[in-house]
Amino acid sequence: MQALGIDVLLKGNNFIRLIDGLCTALRISLVSVIFSIVFGIVFGIVMTYKNTVIRVVSRVYLEIVRIMPQMVLLFIVFFGTTRMFGLNLDAELASIIVFTFWGTAEMGDLVRGAVSNIPKHQYESSYALGLNKAQTYFYIVIPQTLRRLIPLSINLVTRMIKTTSLVMMIGVVEALKVTQQIIEANRMTAPNAAFGLYLTVFILYFLACWPISLLASYLEKKWSA
Amino acid sequence: MADKLLTIEHLKKSYGDNLILKDFNLTVNRGEVVVIIGPSGCGKSTLLRCINGLEEIQGGEIKLYGEKIDRNKKNIAEIRQKIGMVFQSYELFPHKTVLQNIILAPIKVQKRSKSDVIKEAEYLLEKVGLSDKRDVYPRQLSGGQKQRVAIVRALCMHPEIMLFDEVTAALDPEMVREVLDTILELAKQGRTMIVVTHEMSFARAVSDRVLFLDKGEIIEEDIPEKIFDNPKTERARRFFHTFEYDAVKNHTDTLNRKV
Ligand SMILES: Nc1ncnc2c1ncn2[C@@H]1O[C@H](COP(=O)(O)OP(=O)(O)OP(=O)(O)O)[C@@H](O)[C@H]1O
Ligand SMILES: [Mg+2]
Repeated sequence: MQALGIDVLLKGNNFIRLIDGLCTALRISLVSVIFSIVFGIVFGIVMTYKNTVIRVVSRVYLEIVRIMPQMVLLFIVFFGTTRMFGLNLDAELASIIVFTFWGTAEMGDLVRGAVSNIPKHQYESSYALGLNKAQTYFYIVIPQTLRRLIPLSINLVTRMIKTTSLVMMIGVVEALKVTQQIIEANRMTAPNAAFGLYLTVFILYFLACWPISLLASYLEKKWSA
Repeated sequence: MADKLLTIEHLKKSYGDNLILKDFNLTVNRGEVVVIIGPSGCGKSTLLRCINGLEEIQGGEIKLYGEKIDRNKKNIAEIRQKIGMVFQSYELFPHKTVLQNIILAPIKVQKRSKSDVIKEAEYLLEKVGLSDKRDVYPRQLSGGQKQRVAIVRALCMHPEIMLFDEVTAALDPEMVREVLDTILELAKQGRTMIVVTHEMSFARAVSDRVLFLDKGEIIEEDIPEKIFDNPKTERARRFFHTFEYDAVKNHTDTLNRKV
């Protein structure tokens, strides 16, 4: 027991603090995902326009997100804005901004793919039945797009939850940060607690992400045409 | 006096510089079954797509009961309800069950009562032998079953005319029959249809009139008995010949071996 640091975990309100930290991580990802979905749908539909300027701008945006490590983006937004504009951004808000910036790009790409993947003959057989453009989008195109989109965007949620472990670098007190604090505070009395505590974090992350992952593969199977 | 249902006058259709239909004229009377045959790429699908307003046309007029079919006009969705079309590629909606595929347009577009439409859909499904498939998704159906559902879906809109574009071309041979029988049954009921097909014996059985199309022009047009048994043009004769097999060849081979 002692070797694994379970006693340290149960001491005082340590466990509550850990759960609190996890909730912070979940909150950041959830808020970011909601913004990402909203902005991503708009961005994705805009990307299906055949306009050169739109194409270049979105290409550049997507590449920036793809190439930049999220950590660098976090530092730029959190420390950079303080320096440059004298803004004092809350660390959690900075995290949400960066995650949304990242998520919007990914969602947008997914939406663009899903919309342009609806075969032309789906539109045509709908028109042939007498549905007009709006009805075709509403009954045929959008339902099929959402079905393709939902499993993919759930995967994005789990990736975001995992990536929140980075935000402690700018001072957000999430699960990993709490763990470090606990280990630090008990360094003298329980020097070997680290393994057990990190194991606990591992299990907590697993419990948070696994059901979401399961849901995604369930929906994927159910809706695969 | 024949009752003119569809009239096409001086239709011109091109894709860019590629002129597909030059000066196409056709009248289809009510209750008539017109079969269109011709080599690949001669413009059969293009013609049907123009009739349904799925293609921009470059000249001429297509009229259904005197009403002009123009894909840019507001009433196009209304006119399309009167034209049922079944394509070569299966085009059921994958996210809807068989029944939902059939009742969507009658309910949402024609605003008919849901219970009436379901009753009619069930009746039609029964007639094509698919009652037990009512609640399955298209991916669980065979190609032949999908095409029969597509036919029922079009019929449920009560169209004035049905257009069939090589509906059996993508099917395995043993499924062709069930679909063609369904179309034959419709012909017996006196429906107006334009049928594009490569199935010659079916064409002969179903049609009142056969058009032989080549390079976007009607080369020959006659009742089936005449056009199949006694084609007037060399072009048509050669085309029909590609559907016959040389029964003699094997014979001569064996004879040669004996010698
Ligand atoms: N969307 C398009 N853009 C450009 N050219 C096209 C398009 N659709 C068809 N064509 C061309 O128009 C011509 C007629 O095509 P169509 O599909 O009408 O032929 P078809 O008679 O139906 O042939 P098949 O028996 O192979 O179905 C072909 O040469 C084809 O390449
Ligand atoms: Mg064709």
